[in-house]
Amino acid sequence: MHDIAQAASNFIQLDAMNLTYLFLVGFVGGLVSGFIGSGGAFVLTPGMMSLGVPGLVAVASNMCHKFPKALVGSIKRAKYGQVDVKLGVVIGISAEAGVLYGAHIQEQIKKSFGDAGSNLYVSVAFVVILAVVGGFVLRDAWKTYKAGNANEEEKVTKLAKWVQSVNIPGTMVYFKSLNARVSILFTIPLGFATGMLAATIAVGGFIGVPAMIYVLGAPSLMASATELVIAFVMGLGGSFKYAMHGLVDIRLAMVILGGSLFGIQLGAIGTTYVKPFMIKVVMGVIMVIVLFSRGLMVPVYLSQLGLISQIGADTAKILKTTSFAIMIFALGLGAFIVLRAMWQGRRAERLQYAREAATERL
Amino acid sequence: MSSYAEKTRKKPVGIMVLTGIIATGLYVALLTNQDLINAHFAKGGLYAFLPIATAFLFSFVHGSFTGHFWTVLGVEASKKKKEGK
Repeated sequence: MHDIAQAASNFIQLDAMNLTYLFLVGFVGGLVSGFIGSGGAFVLTPGMMSLGVPGLVAVASNMCHKFPKALVGSIKRAKYGQVDVKLGVVIGISAEAGVLYGAHIQEQIKKSFGDAGSNLYVSVAFVVILAVVGGFVLRDAWKTYKAGNANEEEKVTKLAKWVQSVNIPGTMVYFKSLNARVSILFTIPLGFATGMLAATIAVGGFIGVPAMIYVLGAPSLMASATELVIAFVMGLGGSFKYAMHGLVDIRLAMVILGGSLFGIQLGAIGTTYVKPFMIKVVMGVIMVIVLFSRGLMVPVYLSQLGLISQIGADTAKILKTTSFAIMIFALGLGAFIVLRAMWQGRRAERLQYAREAATERL
Repeated sequence: MSSYAEKTRKKPVGIMVLTGIIATGLYVALLTNQDLINAHFAKGGLYAFLPIATAFLFSFVHGSFTGHFWTVLGVEASKKKKEGK
């Protein structure tokens, strides 16, 4: 961890431009989070760093905006009957352990291989996990769309059926989102992996949500809403840990929160208008685009470590800028899909009410 | 059966304005006392409670404001689907 006094003196000056930028990115990140349960952090952390915020302060401040945002989002979505608090808390606690372990690994890698080694590890984790999980989620959403059964209730996967059928005495817990009893020996590793990913790439939900859908058998809407509970539990513990080392810049966290609470309310409302497979579409699209963004940076870090021939400073700068632009595009596209789906859903509902009213008058 | 407009009629304007004023006050206090806040909030140790408590306070006030804000604008959840399943 950074020296406390040094960290505090590293807190940047905030001007109107910075404030607006953080507020807007917070809004878009919140919108996506409200809808798919996570997201935004992968843009916010590098976004803050681009303003001159040191890496650890950016991670800490992002986490300190995440838990209050997730709290507001989960309360909102609980009103729609989409949250499984028990599942969220059970996975959230094991995710907390995953965060601590993931942060420990990060520190070890940084000590042994320096910043470039740490960045390479993060980027490779991004690319591999997002390629496998994101590809799978997007393929599943595409298959649902092609089959024309987007309106039907989601089918529980074979894997989830098997997980729900395994009975390990003394470890079984009933979860309402699954409408089944599942051994916590299955939920603990899933939570741990979610936490590890959160500590590594800041978005644990890219593992958490697909795990709840495909491994445990939760419906998409409930999985994405329950992820907000996990994010709250994980974010609260993580923020406290960072705050104890004086790394949270509360101004940054609250300004981002200012925008993200507008967004998360809107994203949560959006879930009530869309078909469940849209959660998978938005999540899959973002994951696959972000994967390309991080993939672009892999050669830069490889070159810094001397594993491949040297890349020129100009080329590295172009790759870095392109990578960041692609990430912003991923988040923006996710937000666009959410808003469009919501708009269409609202319009259809209004038309239906208008038709019903006209029929009544006849 | 009531119309769509009737179903979305009640607007919590008063509470939105009230929470909006409090939220604005919190942000003004935060941004006009940056040096003082930075000095205390980044001390570490038990001072960690300061940023955490601040985050809860802002989420409560500003979260309430943003919720009412969208309701007043007429952006509300679907009247048909209440269940996630």
